[in-house]
Amino acid sequence: MDLNDSPEQAEFRAKVRAWLEEHRSEAPPRQSTGDESQYIDARRAWQGKLAEAGLAGVTWPKEYGGQGRGPIEQVTVNQEIGAAGVPGILDVIGVGMLGPTIIAHGTDDQKTRYLGPMLHGDEVWCQLFSEPAAGSDLAGIQSRAKEDNGGFVLNGQKVWTTNAQFAAYGLLLARTDADVPKHKGLTMFIVPMNAEGVTVRGLRQISGEAEFNEVFFDDVKLGADNVVGGVGNGWATALTTLMFERLTIGAGSEGMGYRADRFTAAIAADGHAVRDPEVRQRLGELASELIALRFLGYRTLTALQKGQIPGPEAALAKITTVNAAIQATDLIADVLGPDALDDDRSEWAYAISFLPGLKSAGGTEEILRNTVGERVLGLPPEPRLDKGIPFSELRAKEREVAAS
Amino acid sequence: MNLSLTDEQELLREAARGALSRANYVEAAREALDGGEVPDTWPIAREAGWPGLLISEDHGGAGLAPFDAMLVMTEAGRVLAPLPLLGHLVGSWLLDRGGYEDIEAVANGDRRVAYVPARPPGDVETAWTVDSERGAGRAPAPTLDGDRVSGEVFWVPDAPGADVLVVACDGGAVVAVEGAAVEETRRYDPTRLLGHVRLDGASGTVLEGADAEAAWYLAQALIAAESVGTVETCLEMAVQYAKERFTFGRAIGSYQAIKHGLTEVLRRLDNARSLLYYAGWAAESGAGEFPLAASAARSAAGRALDYSTRENIAVHGGIGATWEHDAPYYFRRAQLSRRLLGGTADATDRVAAELFATAAA
Repeated sequence: MDLNDSPEQAEFRAKVRAWLEEHRSEAPPRQSTGDESQYIDARRAWQGKLAEAGLAGVTWPKEYGGQGRGPIEQVTVNQEIGAAGVPGILDVIGVGMLGPTIIAHGTDDQKTRYLGPMLHGDEVWCQLFSEPAAGSDLAGIQSRAKEDNGGFVLNGQKVWTTNAQFAAYGLLLARTDADVPKHKGLTMFIVPMNAEGVTVRGLRQISGEAEFNEVFFDDVKLGADNVVGGVGNGWATALTTLMFERLTIGAGSEGMGYRADRFTAAIAADGHAVRDPEVRQRLGELASELIALRFLGYRTLTALQKGQIPGPEAALAKITTVNAAIQATDLIADVLGPDALDDDRSEWAYAISFLPGLKSAGGTEEILRNTVGERVLGLPPEPRLDKGIPFSELRAKEREVAAS
Repeated sequence: MNLSLTDEQELLREAARGALSRANYVEAAREALDGGEVPDTWPIAREAGWPGLLISEDHGGAGLAPFDAMLVMTEAGRVLAPLPLLGHLVGSWLLDRGGYEDIEAVANGDRRVAYVPARPPGDVETAWTVDSERGAGRAPAPTLDGDRVSGEVFWVPDAPGADVLVVACDGGAVVAVEGAAVEETRRYDPTRLLGHVRLDGASGTVLEGADAEAAWYLAQALIAAESVGTVETCLEMAVQYAKERFTFGRAIGSYQAIKHGLTEVLRRLDNARSLLYYAGWAAESGAGEFPLAASAARSAAGRALDYSTRENIAVHGGIGATWEHDAPYYFRRAQLSRRLLGGTADATDRVAAELFATAAA
């Protein structure tokens, strides 16, 4: 059992650290303090510098501007960026999930056109998958792209779209054929966010902040060259994105700041709490879960190094993270009292409001447990009503069942 | 970064699984509760070389690390093997480091030893203490006067029949005592050998250099590893049954209520196993983190053990709660294990204590 860097990894880490040491003063703060659009510009410029230094797209192939390195080096970069106290890349979704999808399924022209500006932060991307009526059951999306004069016309709505307010492009899953079963009639598109008919609206959450958006598409015209991975092949393309999403999530929950030491520090000054057996039991239990994640992460990395792709069990790490963080912030609020809920006085108010929604982000806890139960434990799936039925007939069938 | 098991570790695990597959220990537990004898598994341990696992090579042992011992404990936990290894492994580890003269006989298993545990001081309870005979209170650890030990320690794993007791005393001294009075106790789980140890000025050999504090955490890590094995088996049993048992025309494993309960067992198992790696790493390379790592492993494994043994019974339905079924013996194991060596809640408390100490530093 060895947690140390190999000589090659140590050399890589030293190089990364040296670069960050030299350029740290050029980085914007980790959180926006003033004007939002100025801050985003600064973050984009910083991403550009990271990319030029080889600290963005670490696992991307060299021919697309990446470093062609493994997940271990990506983690090393994440660790060093975290230790340096500077922000990482702005477009985590693009570089982490959408770029790799284009690399896997895109045409040569698409790769040449889009990957460079994405990597350097010149063009930020957003993921246009979920809809108001299709999240867990993603293949049930209703956004329609109809063929028209060799191109497509897109209508529909997406939701939970991070970064849409300043994104240049989105990767969008739409239905191109409603007369086949739902997984079969889907197609993936690249959508310019400045196209006519695209409307982005902020979606405020419990905290009052709008971190996500709703995006509306009204007769948006797309060309055949906007299709990624072939018409009717959207589900397979989407699965690639979701696989990289798992990898991004699995690569480290500690990056979200949900760490046992940080939660402990929040209540350690309260002399009563420190000796209270109930507080100690609650802290001890949730901290054990969070500490376990660190070594679960190391185990995942060991598997990745051996060339194994992380399976759906990485979803369990997400469930652990969210629930332990909820328990932790709940404990902190119990110890600190109502002050903990005050945004101006407490760094925890935001997390307390944010976490209930995080339970559903990247797959609801229930859907993740279904997936793990079926793919990892080999339990049989639930019977379903939508198998083999053309999508266009599905709504009628659902109504029939609801009425019976 | 490499958390893979080495070839030697894979072999050790496979050999342990093989050696422990020759008898049905659940059946033995059932018979023991009906008045039968628990089989003597010490010959199996000796044949496999486990008595000397944690004893250095120049003392006739295998010179392996705590993580290797944890792998064996996990295999024992899988099948509820009534091996007196928990007490022996920690006791022999102390003897090896404390310059015990007859160490070769311990390494080859001629002499079986048992660790008589004492809890190191914490931030709230600042004395060395032992588990009480009854109730949640703690009793003072045995005291040492010259080379004479006095005190009572209850619920000591593997103490009955041990040739040498390795006693952790107040202040952290460690003494090897022979011929002490041990009262074998009734056991809810007959696969666990337990006794009350009474020392009244018993003379012993003081083991200089033996670390009573580290021994406590080693014991926590080993019982955690054993628990993880039991959780593994409960999950396998329950998953198998959930695929075979049909209600309303469907395998019960297809229902979300069952599926989600079983993924929760898997989640807890995975987390507990990850903490075994942490404890194994810390034991060898991060001594300062060993109290946190071992306590977290014990806490998570103990809670996983409780959850999985109950879930296993629930998935099986009423039949899972009957004498003829195997699930109740895993449940019995969980019920007793969780209360030994300070109990799972004490380990959880120590996780908090370690974190608070770090935050204050």
